[in-house]
Amino acid sequence: MWDYTDKVKQLYTNPRNVGKIEDANAVAEVGSIVCGDALKLYLKIDDKHIIQDAKFETFGCGSAIASSSALTEMIIGRTVEEVEKITNKDIADYLGGLPEEKMHCSVMGNEALEKALAHWRGEKVTDHVDNEGEIICQCFGVTENLIRNVIRENNLKTVEDVTNYTKAGGACGTCIPKIEDILHEMAGEVHKAETTKAEKKPLTNIKRMQLVEETIANVIRPMLQKDGGDIELIDIDGKDVHVGLRGHCVNCMVSDVTLKNTVEAKLREFVEEGITVHEVKS
Amino acid sequence: MERTIYLDNNATTMIAPEVLDAMLPFLKERYGNPSSMHSFGGSVARDVAQARMNVASFIGAEFDYEIVFTGTGTESDNMAIMGSLAYYRDKRHIITTRVEHPAIISLCKKLEKDGYRVTYVPVDCDGILDLELLKSSVDDDTAVVSVMFANNETGVINPVNEIGVFLKERGIPFHVDAVQAAGKVPIDVNMIQCDLLTISGHKFHAPKGIGALYVRRGTRMRPILYGGHQEKGRRPGTENVPGIIGMGKAAELAMKHLPEYATRVSALRDRLESGILAMFKNSHLNGDKKRRVPNTTNVGFEYIEGEAILLYLDQQGIAASSGSACSSGSLEPSHVLRAMGVPFTSAHGSIRFSLSRFTKDADVDHVLAVMPEVVNRLLEISPYWDSEKQEGRPINL
Repeated sequence: MWDYTDKVKQLYTNPRNVGKIEDANAVAEVGSIVCGDALKLYLKIDDKHIIQDAKFETFGCGSAIASSSALTEMIIGRTVEEVEKITNKDIADYLGGLPEEKMHCSVMGNEALEKALAHWRGEKVTDHVDNEGEIICQCFGVTENLIRNVIRENNLKTVEDVTNYTKAGGACGTCIPKIEDILHEMAGEVHKAETTKAEKKPLTNIKRMQLVEETIANVIRPMLQKDGGDIELIDIDGKDVHVGLRGHCVNCMVSDVTLKNTVEAKLREFVEEGITVHEVKS
Repeated sequence: MERTIYLDNNATTMIAPEVLDAMLPFLKERYGNPSSMHSFGGSVARDVAQARMNVASFIGAEFDYEIVFTGTGTESDNMAIMGSLAYYRDKRHIITTRVEHPAIISLCKKLEKDGYRVTYVPVDCDGILDLELLKSSVDDDTAVVSVMFANNETGVINPVNEIGVFLKERGIPFHVDAVQAAGKVPIDVNMIQCDLLTISGHKFHAPKGIGALYVRRGTRMRPILYGGHQEKGRRPGTENVPGIIGMGKAAELAMKHLPEYATRVSALRDRLESGILAMFKNSHLNGDKKRRVPNTTNVGFEYIEGEAILLYLDQQGIAASSGSACSSGSLEPSHVLRAMGVPFTSAHGSIRFSLSRFTKDADVDHVLAVMPEVVNRLLEISPYWDSEKQEGRPINL
């Protein structure tokens, strides 16, 4: 069971400001029933830019309902200029914190607020206001801009963080490499894969050795180490690469499969077609 | 809070009072190791042997040594598959279903990465297995077939007897994950003709931390753990004596109470289910109504989300479970409901109630009494429900 704060429990049990405002002048809908949570936000903003009233309708879990309620409580009576500064973190803080896996509920609240304000300003409301840019996660329809904003505002470091906050990468996982790229880029590192894809022109011996070493170090070893195995490069003779399997690989009943499907396949992908891997038993 | 109305018996069950009584001496004064040469330990071995016999007769096993005690259902499942593969090293194909427990699915996903070929047999919209596809998937490379007896989320029962006969003729090892069937419907390994069968104690009123794998005499497999001689070397490690005693007692009790599941528990489940379905027009049953275990019902609600329903039920002292994404900690709704093609719009709002022989009439009355308040409150909050017209709004996906 989730470790919800008393505030979260209080607000999903007795949410405030549920419903719609018939004469709202700012409306936004974010999320979808397919994704598992959706929020419709109604605002009534007067000519002094004060939010006179806010109501919501939410489809979602306890923390989605609580985040929606919190958002409306935070903005009623305040000016547009004040509430524009609200981030998802502020919503989470108002709730006394949310479980990491539920942070996306606060992001949904913030997204709805931004979208409603854009509607009020008369800006063209596309599906994702302030969220233009490439859709990174197809499963949950998460855009690059949203991911960047959330990384910046919450100082996120890992793909797991990004998934917890935006859901991106949480279903099929296809977009995880793209999220990694964004994270690397935003961490100020110009991330360029150490090993480039197989080059077409014939490699010199020196270049081939270099690439084999790099691919083993950066691609293959991390894969094997995940399962407690390891690999040692023993010799390179033309296109014949001799390696020793170490760690769990030694007694693994499918080590021959690993050798062909992982080691050889990756070397062929990153270094050169035609490479053959041979195991040197220790 | 008053007494919890516990309707999550597919997750775990309470330890039956008689089971606890049987176990207590082994947690207190009779702590000896059954492998010891002295009578203090040796006498414990006799009780372990009796428990083994109880478990054997619970599932219709001919010989007591066909029962291997393990730590959990997950361990038994893993042992069945990996143990078979370790013996049939040249065979690289596994057949299972799309709706198995993670103990099988996650293992198969890992084996695929290791180069094995896995066929995941689909189910139809009622959760019924595509038997013909399973049969046609078998080839010379098939090392083992693993099919669950009953599904944990919907309770739907697979045609294990028919699969067993088919595989026996072809000499292919057959593992049945019977964790969700044990104690609810009769299990007979000779009727199923399976070679391997998994059960888990805490699903039928024994404690957590004790599982068993039935290994038919003559079944070829290698251990996945190495150590001492316990369980004839098939599962080394000092026996979980209190757990084994508990499972033995629970098996004995479960056999006695099986008729009650077919009658009283089944009727209670039906009353709960039809009551809810009649109450809400945004609800429907997930899974085949006829072919399922008597204690389980899985109801899908449209326009509202499962975790929210659970939280509201929890406040009414009711413990149930959901196949929704949020409650599982993943972001996608249950793989079982998706395999059945339950639309995302209602998969997120699915609730499982699972009863036991300890469920009372009054428990069901209470659930039926509070359901309208819970569901209607969430419908009021939902953007997809029009409270005035009492109907769903069009959903733009």
